[in-house]
Amino acid sequence: MRAIYRAFYRTNLAVQMQYRVAAVIWLLGTVLHPVIYLVVWATVAEAEGGSVGGYSGSQFAAYYITMMVVDHLTFDWHMWEYDYRIREGLLSPVLLRPLHPIHSDIADNLAYKTLTMLVVAPAAILLSLFFRPEFNAPLWAVLAFTPSVVLAFLLRFLSSWALAMTAFWTTRIDAINQSYFVAELFFAGLIAPLALLPGPLRLIANLLPFRWGLAFPVELFLGRLSPLEALTGFGAQLLWIALSLVALRLIWRAGIRRYSAFGA
Amino acid sequence: MREPAVHLHNLTKVYKVHEREAGLAAAVRSLVRRKTREVRAVDGVSFDVAPGEIVGFLGPNGAGKTTTLKMLSGLLYPTSGDVSVLGFEPYQRQPAFLRNIALVMGQRNQLLWDIPAIDTFELNRVIYRLPERQYRETLDELVTLLDLGDLIHKPVRNLSLGERMKCEIAAALLHRPQVMFLDEPTIGLDVTMQRRIRRFVGEYNRRHGATVLLTSHYMADVVALARRVVVIHHGRILFDGALADLVARFASHKTIVVELPDTLPGGETLARYGEVLEVHPGQVTLRVPKVEAARVTGQLLADLDIRDLTIQDPPIEEVIERVFAQPEGE
Repeated sequence: MRAIYRAFYRTNLAVQMQYRVAAVIWLLGTVLHPVIYLVVWATVAEAEGGSVGGYSGSQFAAYYITMMVVDHLTFDWHMWEYDYRIREGLLSPVLLRPLHPIHSDIADNLAYKTLTMLVVAPAAILLSLFFRPEFNAPLWAVLAFTPSVVLAFLLRFLSSWALAMTAFWTTRIDAINQSYFVAELFFAGLIAPLALLPGPLRLIANLLPFRWGLAFPVELFLGRLSPLEALTGFGAQLLWIALSLVALRLIWRAGIRRYSAFGA
Repeated sequence: MREPAVHLHNLTKVYKVHEREAGLAAAVRSLVRRKTREVRAVDGVSFDVAPGEIVGFLGPNGAGKTTTLKMLSGLLYPTSGDVSVLGFEPYQRQPAFLRNIALVMGQRNQLLWDIPAIDTFELNRVIYRLPERQYRETLDELVTLLDLGDLIHKPVRNLSLGERMKCEIAAALLHRPQVMFLDEPTIGLDVTMQRRIRRFVGEYNRRHGATVLLTSHYMADVVALARRVVVIHHGRILFDGALADLVARFASHKTIVVELPDTLPGGETLARYGEVLEVHPGQVTLRVPKVEAARVTGQLLADLDIRDLTIQDPPIEEVIERVFAQPEGE
């Protein structure tokens, strides 16, 4: 299996190298988004006398720069492609291979991240020089950060792939994707750190998967979680990963059955 | 008798098609009540293909050829009936099954567009877990047989349709499938390229004893490769047997070529015997109904001073056209 991943990784890297300019344009968005939020919230904090919701200007900087990196490392785009794949018959050749198509997509994602981190990492350093973020997490939290990002990646990848499978039933999957995207904007801490949300919304955020795929690793890296909260977070990540896996298996099986019933 | 490589029994595929009339009102109505119609794309098809056999699978557009091939390769789930390929039920898509078949569709592709074909080949080597040596051997063989040369190192998007098709075929056969389903492999290609691919399929079949089920709109493909043809029409088998028997059964006419001394009788005289197709100095070609052929031949020999006379079947294209023109339910 490792050889298969290596081969997919190499091939996908070669394909993506063909689209360097497109990648840079996409990355502009990746970098600009958090900068806008960062500037807005830092301004609000200053107007409120230095901090809002427990975040100072430099802590917002730390939050959004970390968020940018985590979001970039953990996001997946295949749900935007599935409708096209099915309509254009691109899925059939893939189904003829003696291998589940998810593996190629995972490797594709990893290859893209390798390539783009060459831009995102320097961008994070530049932004840090400019906005002077404040990091003061304990060592254990910094050490726990990497596994939390890996789990966040798995969680976001599996759930977005399961979502992509709805393309077997509807040709208007973009609307579903868009709802998912908006929910993520609010409940994953993209628009604002979850600490700034009103109580009931915070509770909902804890019950939904989005926080565990994004805000949780960021909060961990910023030293905003107690060891107990961190453990709960890992538990939540594992739980949602398990649920996504089960959902994915069921939806995939039903989806393929439907695909092959209606015409491939 | 050996186990057949491909076995179909009463295979049926019914699609449910949503139907509505044109216009906005109909669109709104269809939101509330959807009318569906059943289309029997494949309707109780049965036949076997022996290991190593090449079978031409013929039928007009929409006859059910591609649907059948997709059921055989596991892309489509049959509505009813039995289907087995190399002892596997295709729709279960077991890796051991997928590793031993190939489906080449003239209009679908697996090659990655942006990078050279060799990169896709390399990927397939890993996916199909091919031993390095076997992979090299097969690749060399395919490169020679298909005359791929340098093409495999060029980005696929820079290849012509024919060049790409050759690379597609190579990609589909790297794992040396025992059973090949070829769906219009020569569609849109020029005559030279068609001939090359045709020759390749024959050669591959001889070398590896592969079973081949081939659909094509080019009768030349079928004549060159398949001794047996299965004709499907309106989802049903219309004919299954030797190509020669197909002609014998469906040709309505015979062509009689008569060689005469240079002093030809007038056109009117000849038209008495049948439809005059061609007149050359010393040679006339007539078309007569099959049942009349013997009688007309006798009369010609009795009436005229004939040097030579041959009776031929009409061209296969003409026969097939006639077969395809059969109305449903016959």
